[in-house]
Amino acid sequence: MARRSHTNQQHTGVLKLDTAASYNDKVVRQFSIMVVVWGIVGMLVGVIIAAQLIWPQLNFDLPFLTYSRLRPLHTNAVIFAFGGSALFATAYYVVQRTCHVRLAFDKLAAFTFWGWQLIIVLAAITLPLGITQSKEYAELEWPIDLLIAVVWVAYAIVFFGTIYKRRVKHIYVANWFYGAFIITVAVLHIFNNLAIPVSLTKSYSIYTGVVDGMMQWWYGHNAVGFFLTAGFLGMMYYFVPKQAGRPVYSYRLSVVHFWSLIAVYMWAGPHHLHYTSLPDWAQTLGMVFSIILLAPSWGGMINGIMTLSGAWHKLRSDPILKFMIVALSFYGMSTFEGPMMSIKTVNALSHYTNWTIGHVHSGALGWVAMMTIGSIYSLLPRLYNRESMYSTRLIDVHFWTSTIGVVLYAVSMWIAGVTEGLMWRAVNDDGTLTYSFVESLKAVEPYHYMRLLGGLVFFSGMIIMAYNVWKTVSDKKPVPVAVLEPA
Amino acid sequence: MDMNDLRGILTAVIFFAFIGICIWAWSSRRKKDFEATAALPLEEDKVLTTNERENN
Repeated sequence: MARRSHTNQQHTGVLKLDTAASYNDKVVRQFSIMVVVWGIVGMLVGVIIAAQLIWPQLNFDLPFLTYSRLRPLHTNAVIFAFGGSALFATAYYVVQRTCHVRLAFDKLAAFTFWGWQLIIVLAAITLPLGITQSKEYAELEWPIDLLIAVVWVAYAIVFFGTIYKRRVKHIYVANWFYGAFIITVAVLHIFNNLAIPVSLTKSYSIYTGVVDGMMQWWYGHNAVGFFLTAGFLGMMYYFVPKQAGRPVYSYRLSVVHFWSLIAVYMWAGPHHLHYTSLPDWAQTLGMVFSIILLAPSWGGMINGIMTLSGAWHKLRSDPILKFMIVALSFYGMSTFEGPMMSIKTVNALSHYTNWTIGHVHSGALGWVAMMTIGSIYSLLPRLYNRESMYSTRLIDVHFWTSTIGVVLYAVSMWIAGVTEGLMWRAVNDDGTLTYSFVESLKAVEPYHYMRLLGGLVFFSGMIIMAYNVWKTVSDKKPVPVAVLEPA
Repeated sequence: MDMNDLRGILTAVIFFAFIGICIWAWSSRRKKDFEATAALPLEEDKVLTTNERENN
């Protein structure tokens, strides 16, 4: 293709850069930088609401600063702004490199960047104003939902358009995970958000009662399974081998991992609705599929970690690899913890307590954020034609703040959660409750301090990252990278 | 045939599909392609030189 356009230009006598000969890294750079920006914003809001749980007066009696409005801002910012930007950036990078072809549709790719940023800004405005559908992780109102659907379809066209014009025969496994994530999130988003608008800022879901609950957690759990798992497994399958300098431990296992993970995740949602009015058989189904999920999850985790077999010494000198291996370890831990918590008898203790918060954050900070941070550190120097980040020492400092932060966070929430669960279920001989609710609040207060500390430590690492990234990119002019000829 | 027969058949179909995927993935005929594919992330970028950029 490059040769053909070369001749064309000779005919017309015009010298201009043949863009098809180079990768489209501009959109990758844009999303990568926004990963750091939105990571800081989202985690800062998280730290603020953690502090509000200790000092409620921190809302200053202003409606837009109340916990109820900032909490969805936090979750949307870290999942969709921070995590989403990381998925866009790495999917666009990986699909070009592993298909030996430039990204399809430059303008559409640019549209996904600006569209996604606009959605984030709209979320940051409407959520503090209290404009919400009141569906967890799907709070945004219908006009923004429509915009998300349009941007997401554009994302799919760019991604699959690139796969379609690939110049290698096989589609690398990372692209299968990214592809499954893109398709599934489109389906989940559209069906969970079906609603009847009554004004520009208010709509009513078409689902009612227990069907609404089932739809919401079919969406909610697969947001975890496909947005926060499949997408980031795609990242793992490219950046762990890249950083380790070795191919993935077992490509065969990765194929089985892919098909079994996507087949099973879809059915696990009902475990969010144990002991509710959802029919018992559906609850049990959700529990059984959640337990089965342990197998593909650990298959993938082992495949990632074993990629380092024979190269363990690299962990001593490379903090980026440390980020990735600890991320995989947290992935293994939370995918063991999750199935365990989905068992009804365990859930009877853990549900509605801080244990759930601890579980979510060992997944979100330990797995998602640490895999993202490691991948961005691996990616940025390549995008700016540098050998490495400005400071490897600072990456190491960041690694330790992240690790200590997430351990403090998860441990404090585990203790708080089990304490709450035991106090809420304790009954006296005459059948009355042993403890009032406020007594359980008082009991977990110390762990709220410990959680805030963990969050602050993790957040401080993001500031270090921002400095390191700034020093890496500020004085560097990016250079186009040649599209590789197929082997 | 009632709904439960269909459910049973579906379970069996998915079970054999899983076995099929495993056999497919581990068959020796896949080995060469898989090795080539698994090497994709290890390729290094080649920056376009000024000369190449002008001539392209």
